[in-house]
Amino acid sequence: MLKLFESIGEYVLLMQKVFSRPEKMAIYRRRIMHEMEALGLNSIGLTAIISVFIGCAVTLQMAITLESPFIPKFMIGYATREVMILEFSSTVVALILAGKVGSNIASEIGTMRITEQIDALEIMGVNSASYLILPKIVATVFFFPFLAIFSMLIGISGGYGIAELTGIMNPVEYIDGLRYCFYPDEITYALTKMVFFAFFITSISAYCGYYAKGNSLEVGKASTKAVVISSIVIMICNLVLTQIIRT
Amino acid sequence: MIKAQNIVKSFEGRTVLKDISVEFGTGQTNLIIGRSGSGKTVLLKSLVGLHEVDEGSIFYDDVCFSTLDFRARKAIRKHVGMIFQGGALLDASTVEENVKLPLDLFTEQSEEEKRERVNLCLKRVNMEHAHHLYPSELSGGMVKRAAIARAIVMNPRYLFCDEPNSGLDPQTSIVIDNLISDITKEYNITTIINTHDMNSVMEIGEKIVFIYEGEKWWEGSKDDILHADNRELADFVFASAMAKRAKAAVK
Ligand SMILES: Nc1ncnc2c1ncn2[C@@H]1O[C@H](COP(=O)(O)OP(=O)(O)O)[C@@H](O)[C@H]1O
Ligand SMILES: [Mg+2]
Repeated sequence: MLKLFESIGEYVLLMQKVFSRPEKMAIYRRRIMHEMEALGLNSIGLTAIISVFIGCAVTLQMAITLESPFIPKFMIGYATREVMILEFSSTVVALILAGKVGSNIASEIGTMRITEQIDALEIMGVNSASYLILPKIVATVFFFPFLAIFSMLIGISGGYGIAELTGIMNPVEYIDGLRYCFYPDEITYALTKMVFFAFFITSISAYCGYYAKGNSLEVGKASTKAVVISSIVIMICNLVLTQIIRT
Repeated sequence: MIKAQNIVKSFEGRTVLKDISVEFGTGQTNLIIGRSGSGKTVLLKSLVGLHEVDEGSIFYDDVCFSTLDFRARKAIRKHVGMIFQGGALLDASTVEENVKLPLDLFTEQSEEEKRERVNLCLKRVNMEHAHHLYPSELSGGMVKRAAIARAIVMNPRYLFCDEPNSGLDPQTSIVIDNLISDITKEYNITTIINTHDMNSVMEIGEKIVFIYEGEKWWEGSKDDILHADNRELADFVFASAMAKRAKAAVK
């Protein structure tokens, strides 16, 4: 328990170092563009694949579960939309990104730590925490909401596709369902969540890597730890934000 | 000149540096020697402030480094170059970008000026043709040379080298040693080198400090080292079979 508080303290101090004044803006801009590509653009494929499959599966599941003369068919489209926007495209996508991006960040920074690259930066007088971590945080906080929007679109299209393909319901009714009781606030809510998730995934993973010590075994452990802790924090954060924003 | 006064450093209750006082002169190659695990790296990293010492003070010329805050240290770090044991080049950047980084961050030079300076430094270490290679594409000797180029790009007044020739073949080792020694003379740098290699000692050592289990056991010049009346030092110096035979032959 004491160790937990110690770690939280260490994490807060690290974040203070990360958000202290950057060395030179031009260099940061270049690094942010690079990280957007490495952490954001490169995650589009994975996001697309899981979103389309989940979109299809949710639509099928809803069609089977809601098989009743008392429930209008368009409810299937409606339910798919709600599931995708409210939970899947933000929370579940964030969990998957925690696995991909989080482990990537932790092992990259951890390797830099054990091969003394971080020491080398410090010797030059560079604020290594800010130089390495800030561009990653800015890049993911900016880019992940786009991944969430992308996931919603792909997932919902997947549902439409499967309706068309299997004839399990009339695609026109699916579209009606998508339009039913739609509040744009739901999207704002999902994107707000994603901004928080992006920050936590990146900063926690960077923290795990930054304080890795020893050898490659430790880097492996740091990267596992990054994924586990980010995932737990995402779940807790999801509950808290839902409580705050939705009620 | 760099001076350490009574420095003590422990990790989790284990004392690794025990009350070390030592002075390293300007324009000469100072060597810290000792067996693996004796505390050389910890001493070097304490001198540059990568480890905070528990007790004692460290002076860079007349400035007491150990009491400075982050900002003031940063000012001194502009004059410090360091070569790490594994090179510590940034994996994601090319050799050129690695060498150029300090210029990018801390100078207002134009791209043209920076490129000229980088070319000059890479040429000095015979790496003209490696500008666009990544660290993973370099041999061990090339990594060390690129690290030297990066360390001297800002014209340092102090140069620290942690086992600059570990993992290199004997011939390349001598090239690297001489390179560091020549640069020290050329720019009148205070250079401190960690090594466990007796060849380096005989080749470039001017002042030599022998560390034994975290204590300063002996210091002197390379001429004294062969005749020093000190069992641990003699064990270290004459560890190789050939050195032993040479000694016996002299007797
Ligand atoms: N960061 C650290 N935490 C704990 N112990 C350390 C740390 N760095 C070095 N040590 C210990 O200090 C001793 C000296 O290590 P080092 O200075 O690396 O030896 P060498 O002379 O081979 O460079 C070793 O026993 C090592 O275990
Ligand atoms: Mg060492």
